[in-house]
Amino acid sequence: MSATIFEKSKAGRRAYRLPENDCPVERIDLPHLRTSALGLPEIGEQDAVRHYVELAAKNYHVDKGIYPLGSCTMKYNPLVNEEAARLDGFTGLHPAQDDADAQGALELMYRLERSLSEITGMSAFTLQPAAGAHGELTGIMLARAYFLDRGEKRATVLIPDSAHGTNPASVAICGFKPKTVSSNERGLIDPAALEKEVTEETAALMLTLPNTLGLFERDIHEIVRIVHAKGGLVYMDGANLNALMGIVRPGDIGVDVMHVNLHKTFSTPHGGGGPGSGPVGVAPRLAPFLPVPRVVAGPDGYRLDDAAPKSIGRVHPYCGNFNVFVKAYAYIRATGGEGLREVSRNAIINANYLLSRLRGFYDLKYPGPCMHEFVLSARNLKRYDVRATDVVKRLLDYGLHAPTVYFPLIVEEALMIEPVETESKETLDRFADALAAIAGEAERSPDKLHEAPVTTPVRRLDEANAARCPDLCCPGDLD
Amino acid sequence: MNPEECKFTKEHEWVYIEDGDTAIIGISDYAAGELGDIVYIELPNAGQKVTQMDPIGSIEAVKTVADLYSPVSGEVIEVNEKAVAKPEIVNKSPYDDGWFIKIRMDDPGDLEVLFSYDEYRDFLGEEGAGKDEDAEDR
Amino acid sequence: MSYIQNTDADRAEMLGAIGVRSFDELLEPIPEALRVKGVLALDPPLAEAALAAHLGALAGRNRPAAGAASFLGGGIYDRHIPALVRYVASRSEFYTSYTPYQAEVSQGTLQAIYEYQSLVCRVTGMDVANASMYDGATALAEAMLMAVAIKGAPRILVPRALSPRYRAVLASYAAARGISVVEIPHGADGLLDGARLESSLGEKTAALVVAQPNYFGVVENAGELAALARAKGAVVIACVDPVSCALIAPPGEYGADVAVGEGQSLGLPQSYGGPLLGFMATRKEHVRRMPGRLVSGTVDIDGKRGYVMTLQTREQHIRREKATSNICTNEALCALSAAVYLAALGEKGFREVAEQSYAKSHALAGMLAGVRGARLPFGGPFFQEFVLELPEAAAAFAARASAAGILPGIPLGADFPELGERAILVAVTEKRTRSELERYRDLLAGKEAGR
Repeated sequence: MSATIFEKSKAGRRAYRLPENDCPVERIDLPHLRTSALGLPEIGEQDAVRHYVELAAKNYHVDKGIYPLGSCTMKYNPLVNEEAARLDGFTGLHPAQDDADAQGALELMYRLERSLSEITGMSAFTLQPAAGAHGELTGIMLARAYFLDRGEKRATVLIPDSAHGTNPASVAICGFKPKTVSSNERGLIDPAALEKEVTEETAALMLTLPNTLGLFERDIHEIVRIVHAKGGLVYMDGANLNALMGIVRPGDIGVDVMHVNLHKTFSTPHGGGGPGSGPVGVAPRLAPFLPVPRVVAGPDGYRLDDAAPKSIGRVHPYCGNFNVFVKAYAYIRATGGEGLREVSRNAIINANYLLSRLRGFYDLKYPGPCMHEFVLSARNLKRYDVRATDVVKRLLDYGLHAPTVYFPLIVEEALMIEPVETESKETLDRFADALAAIAGEAERSPDKLHEAPVTTPVRRLDEANAARCPDLCCPGDLD
Repeated sequence: MNPEECKFTKEHEWVYIEDGDTAIIGISDYAAGELGDIVYIELPNAGQKVTQMDPIGSIEAVKTVADLYSPVSGEVIEVNEKAVAKPEIVNKSPYDDGWFIKIRMDDPGDLEVLFSYDEYRDFLGEEGAGKDEDAEDR
Repeated sequence: MSYIQNTDADRAEMLGAIGVRSFDELLEPIPEALRVKGVLALDPPLAEAALAAHLGALAGRNRPAAGAASFLGGGIYDRHIPALVRYVASRSEFYTSYTPYQAEVSQGTLQAIYEYQSLVCRVTGMDVANASMYDGATALAEAMLMAVAIKGAPRILVPRALSPRYRAVLASYAAARGISVVEIPHGADGLLDGARLESSLGEKTAALVVAQPNYFGVVENAGELAALARAKGAVVIACVDPVSCALIAPPGEYGADVAVGEGQSLGLPQSYGGPLLGFMATRKEHVRRMPGRLVSGTVDIDGKRGYVMTLQTREQHIRREKATSNICTNEALCALSAAVYLAALGEKGFREVAEQSYAKSHALAGMLAGVRGARLPFGGPFFQEFVLELPEAAAAFAARASAAGILPGIPLGADFPELGERAILVAVTEKRTRSELERYRDLLAGKEAGR
């Protein structure tokens, strides 16, 4: 283990010095002064660098190896994008500056919105949402405003049982009641069953396309027709857009509102959990409700426009995660229209190839072909008392990252695998070889799996004790 | 409590009757096993009125949470503070030290709709469910 | 350039292994009629050098505040950022990793978050902090939802002197959830009107938001306001500038239930307002109502110390529609930057940031108040930001000053018509120098035509 930064603190050391104050005051004349010390660590710059390098060495990351988490789209993060995003002209802008001082930023945002519209077929985009779940919330707020404007009272949002947890959570924040739609034996929405669920009370169907099983809803045309026939909206969770670029445009198939994840499909890095960016695209009838401000192009250049009487207002204090836009825009400009189709084509080929290499070793509940990801089940290893957790912990010992496990909920012992398009065939082979070898180990020496991982900085951690007696804050008496 | 003398719900609560109208409530060994390491339980307060099969609390494991349903209607008269403080005893001793609450029943007739021990075992034979989950990000 | 490595030969081999003759066979589930015909109409792809030039040109079309003498604030500040912060945040072990679901290979991120949580607790004086929210405004909106869940009363009180952008975000969330947001005015000194607060607390209220300092930079009597709210059973949400906590009593000292705020000041560039860092801390008793990820220390099976995400049953991936929030992706890399910033500055350095900001803002306020026709409309004590009433319209002055390389502040007339078109919000951080302050004064006094 590494000592904490607090344990490394020694009074009197510092890693940074401010310029000397050239406006000194005699005393601080404020009421309610702080009486206690803050308890911040004191450390020299060299030891501070070593502390964080020591921590960095304990992380798995995309630059180290394949990161096949399903629905996470952990693709390569191009270096030139990082360089561009560090330009002072982007990082040094204050959000209250005049539009005239931010023409480059506004143009970039405008072009990014238009590009996302072309890629998805949605009429207009807002870039404000700071993450995918924030985009979902924004999209459902738009649906709420739309029905309020029409004087319609609709209480329910239908969500397939394969959906991510953010979907029902986002819906609930907006006061709608989420209602689960069961998938059929093929892992898809059954139009006949859906027709029974959709009523005049249904505000929207919220579906992920391809769904979290990596399957395209082959009846999507009929599904959209059923929802629209009762006046409902179709919300598409764009988490899996990496499968569709240049192949299907959600706007063309009748989707009314969707979010995309710049930190998945458009290559911006995840940062150990964020920042992300979750732009929301809409069909024309929902455009009047989009958050303000909107970026508009005029004869005098670009400007931010607040004038939208039906707008839901703001969901972010400024324009969203601007620095993430720079990277996503750079990615789209580097890739182009044909390139984006190549992205999806290769994502699908990589996934099907990996599936073909692995289907003999693990169960496959819903047969392929898959799109950009697939879900295996480790149920066949239960007879050796081996669980999906054991399989993926053993993968860590092979120096590889685990797939998403135990999701989606409708697959027992799920292993959800998304290889992404940037991984080479050799990397996929190495990953497949490892998972195949582990299936063999499960039969011959299951303890290797039960005891895994043994090569990592720490071994399996006591999560139960952490949840019973959480230690969330380093005690203050160490420094 | 001897489980064979308990009644059970479909939601895996057990009820043991003491002194005629006092129902002791807990969860079955099967439920405790399926949940895994129980880390937190939220129970109603003594004095609270409860209705049969209404959710009255929750049981949390590391990566899953289950609602607790009241098997009978009545008033909560005692809460097992030991289980609240040390929820791991529910895993260790689901039928004895790991009981949850005592309810003074409004109507012992409530018990008629519950499973007997044997019926509950048959019911478990038909069940089979997934467990916990990790998830990806949005 | 799509960053794809496989060649046509690789693909042919892979399609063979899959058992299809062509890629199109894999698209069989997608009805032909729904497929895109032709190619997406995007600009042609750029090679790396051309791309860098294009982005450089776009960046060059901005006139960043960081390159001027900036007195812009209102929640986002131009501050010194140690090289250490940029170095750590640009290491790919941190920025190209995912949410630490596989704890055994994510100890770097997990320990960094644990240290971040601990640092936020120390700065705010609270018991527990989460792993981050999107920004200060949405952190406040989440605190509102948390308070409404705790109290079961869909009504909250917020100061008029709260950032108008924060009020706008609150309004969007409140409308969606059916919560009424009641605005409490401020008095002539810029401080929250205590009498109006008391009368508004009469009805059942979930929470009072205390902005410390408030949008006008004025330091509120937070302890008294919190006591008034507590007496009526309302949750106290403190929305604080973290730098101010080095000088002013932090939320933990006046018994706030939830502390939130914007962490951009802690080592993040302004970046046109994003990505930012919402921080949130609370008292132990409310931890299970808290949104967002939490990291806990624990031990592994060999007894070695390590870290894991914990209390996950609060979160959407387990509790779905009953979760405390829908938040999933947060601002982890920004939280890491903030942790590195606080460690780099340390106890003395961080206090000095606050002290210099106080000293320089008071020096400038003194200089500007001496210019004929200018005055400070609010008499209340301020930390590093103040409202100035100019002798002329704020927008016109700002345009003139900008040409001279000074961004003099945020004109307030549009957001606060009651303050008039001559009011401007002036922020002075530790980064400003005496000569910049003097140039500001001279410009206002009409002594300087330009740089």
